[in-house]
Amino acid sequence: MPSLGRSQSASSGFSTNALAGAFEARTLAELSRALGVPAPIEAKEVTLQAPDMAENGAAVPVTLSVAVNGVKSLLLLVEKNPHLLAAAFELSDALEPAFTTRIKLQQSSNVFGVALLHDGRTLFARREVKVTLGGCAA
Amino acid sequence: MTEPTKIRAQLNGSSALVRVLMLHEMESGLRKDANGKTVAAWHIQTVQIRHQDKLVLTMHCGPAVAKNPYLQFSLRDAKTGDRVSVSWIDNLGNRRADSTTIA
Repeated sequence: MPSLGRSQSASSGFSTNALAGAFEARTLAELSRALGVPAPIEAKEVTLQAPDMAENGAAVPVTLSVAVNGVKSLLLLVEKNPHLLAAAFELSDALEPAFTTRIKLQQSSNVFGVALLHDGRTLFARREVKVTLGGCAA
Repeated sequence: MTEPTKIRAQLNGSSALVRVLMLHEMESGLRKDANGKTVAAWHIQTVQIRHQDKLVLTMHCGPAVAKNPYLQFSLRDAKTGDRVSVSWIDNLGNRRADSTTIA
């Protein structure tokens, strides 16, 4: 679908079914299938900042940013959580492709930041976060 | 039912740094309370950010977004006085919309 100059919408991305499937996915393969994208490639254009050690797994700050334009959406994944996908952002070119938020980690795990680009590329960056106190169960 | 979302939007050159704090329990549905009973999932599902009434960001949250979701991002082509609105809907259908202007 061609983008309309600078006013590209921020909600033309995921269908409701694709999102539901994505949030249920437990592996990267299932997630890629649910969203209809190829398996992501590790790339230095994507930067994921996360603490090496998180004392509180219930609120781990992460910053995900992409050094190029043309980012359609960004995904935050936690490998060892009960569900892989923590959050999905549908972008427009009205903002920088960079976000900081806080997510829960149930245990020490890899965190992935995945960028889906308009040109069809799927890129990711990974950081390993160790957790002292898990974040999903009391 | 819920507290207002706190939004701070500050102009920085031609961009605006926006920091949002949404007040919500964000129960994952996996936690057990003191009696061993599972606490039902209750979390924000979709957040929409508008800049001058134009939708610029949609954030889909799973149960793994931390309690009182924090979000920080930068809006391009911003001016002092522009309106920034944050609206969310959670998995039980509750909604909230708050806005501020760029300082």
